Amino acid sequence: MAVDAATVKKIGRLARIRIEDDEVAKYQDELNVILGFVEQLSEVNVEGVEPMTSVTPMRLRRRDDVVTDGGYPEKIVANAPLSEDNFFMVPKVVE
Amino acid sequence: MTELTKLSLAAARKGLKAKDFSATELTADYLAAIERANPKLNAYVAVTGQQAQAAAKASDAKLAAGQGGPLEGIPLGIKDLFGTKGVHTQAASHILDGFEPEYESTVTSNLFRDGALMLGKLNMDEFAMGSSNETSYYGPVVNPWRAQNSNANLVPGGSSGGSAAAVSAWLCAGATATDTGGSIRQPAAFTGTVGIKPTYGRCSRWGIVAFASSLDQAGPIARTVEDAAILMTSIAGFDPKDSTSVDIAVPDFAAAVERGVKGLTIGVPREYRMDGMPDEIEKLWQQGLDWLKAEGATVKDISLPHTKYALPAYYIVAPAEASSNLARYDGVKYGLRVSGRDITDMYELTRAAGFGREVKRRVMIGTYVLSAGYFDAYYVKAQRVRTLIKRDFEVAFNAGVDAILTPATPSAAFGVGDEDMKADPVKMYLNDVFTVTVNMAGLPGIAVPAGKDASGLPLGLQLIGKPFDEETLFAAARVIERSANIDFSPKPWW
Repeated sequence: MAVDAATVKKIGRLARIRIEDDEVAKYQDELNVILGFVEQLSEVNVEGVEPMTSVTPMRLRRRDDVVTDGGYPEKIVANAPLSEDNFFMVPKVVE
Repeated sequence: MTELTKLSLAAARKGLKAKDFSATELTADYLAAIERANPKLNAYVAVTGQQAQAAAKASDAKLAAGQGGPLEGIPLGIKDLFGTKGVHTQAASHILDGFEPEYESTVTSNLFRDGALMLGKLNMDEFAMGSSNETSYYGPVVNPWRAQNSNANLVPGGSSGGSAAAVSAWLCAGATATDTGGSIRQPAAFTGTVGIKPTYGRCSRWGIVAFASSLDQAGPIARTVEDAAILMTSIAGFDPKDSTSVDIAVPDFAAAVERGVKGLTIGVPREYRMDGMPDEIEKLWQQGLDWLKAEGATVKDISLPHTKYALPAYYIVAPAEASSNLARYDGVKYGLRVSGRDITDMYELTRAAGFGREVKRRVMIGTYVLSAGYFDAYYVKAQRVRTLIKRDFEVAFNAGVDAILTPATPSAAFGVGDEDMKADPVKMYLNDVFTVTVNMAGLPGIAVPAGKDASGLPLGLQLIGKPFDEETLFAAARVIERSANIDFSPKPWW
């Protein structure tokens, strides 16, 4: 499965990474090299094989549904490029 | 007295306890060494000299009172991937510009609990994506090793290239590192140091910048097997804050180091004998087996039939998980923001400016393989192959194999700016061909320096163990270290 230029632009949009027009060809080449490499997997017969969900034989632990942490919004926003009154500030999203 | 920075961690610990020197002196010597070397090697991206000196003073007070933890006063380097409270934590990426977390990772907390102190943050491939430490926003790390009669700069491997270079060049007594596909073991092999990736779940991932969560594990890089075992004992342990952390007792790994290999069965997987493998790697591998046999181990040929599919499966699973983990870098919560005409524009411009080329490539691959219509063909298929890879190892271990010996890397360190690797991303990925299976199966693996190539550069061997049997790896690696009996000190040129 090879990707074309339109697909490269589409992946960029899905990944929220701006791909400029003059970058498309290079990305297309590189992605196709990698996709060509992983294509080998089609040789493997995986009939009846379960996909791995956990590399260690364990169930995901559960904990009590109680508050164990928090109460410091100023720390949460301390590294934000833009914040006000302990809120993250973003460009207007709703008119 | 010998230079303090050249002491092994074990020897430094002894000297501190015996008050032959103080933690303040040891720390001052390391800081001076960093100041001299770092402009050439670029191993540290941030040096925390004042905090280190203050911590050393506090350790000296404890040591004077006959107190202190098992690592009291030991100066370490910390990979930039570990969250360190109030200190530079950027995963060597532009997108985390200025990020100083409000929390401390569990692994570094454990080290500080045991008395260790931090000299600074170590360079790495951006978001741990790379095998040469050339994808760092802070520029490449240079390997302290050079080929005989050459002054060409070599890479230290990656992604933990800063960790490996700093340990090898005596810029810290030991370092933290992380390994997703070989990022501890490959740089250790390239620098003549010891690096272990523990079993998945042995060390907490909490507070470590995530790359591929089902593969990432923290571990140490050190100058000797014993030093690596001492560090492992401190960093390992159950952590309720990491849901994949395993609640299992942590042994005193250092106690296993001199246990020997008598009666052990060492597996030799025939699939690791790759076409075009250099003679010297083949010879080193045989030499390693001979050393283990001479100490009473039995060698057994085994088959791990799905080995060749580990790397292609990895290049689906790891980018898929990365594309999801790296979604959080959006210019809102931390780091870089590039303004745009609306919020989507801001996201796209921030991520385009903040991520380097390799990271963007992997996020895009990950996005593609997870996108509608391709998920089953790529991601689910790769996870099925992963089950088969793990099963291969289980069959070998169930047939009585205690550990598996393989080469650590297909070659010694290569040059900075290698044209072949730049032109073809897959060539760079092939560096991890011997190490990546271990991450896919969640097993422990150790790289130990075992010989040198024709140009005098270090070469490593890898031992792969059963889940949670790092002790056998330390014991077998020690036999190789002792039998090789080679001085893996680079000749200082920096």
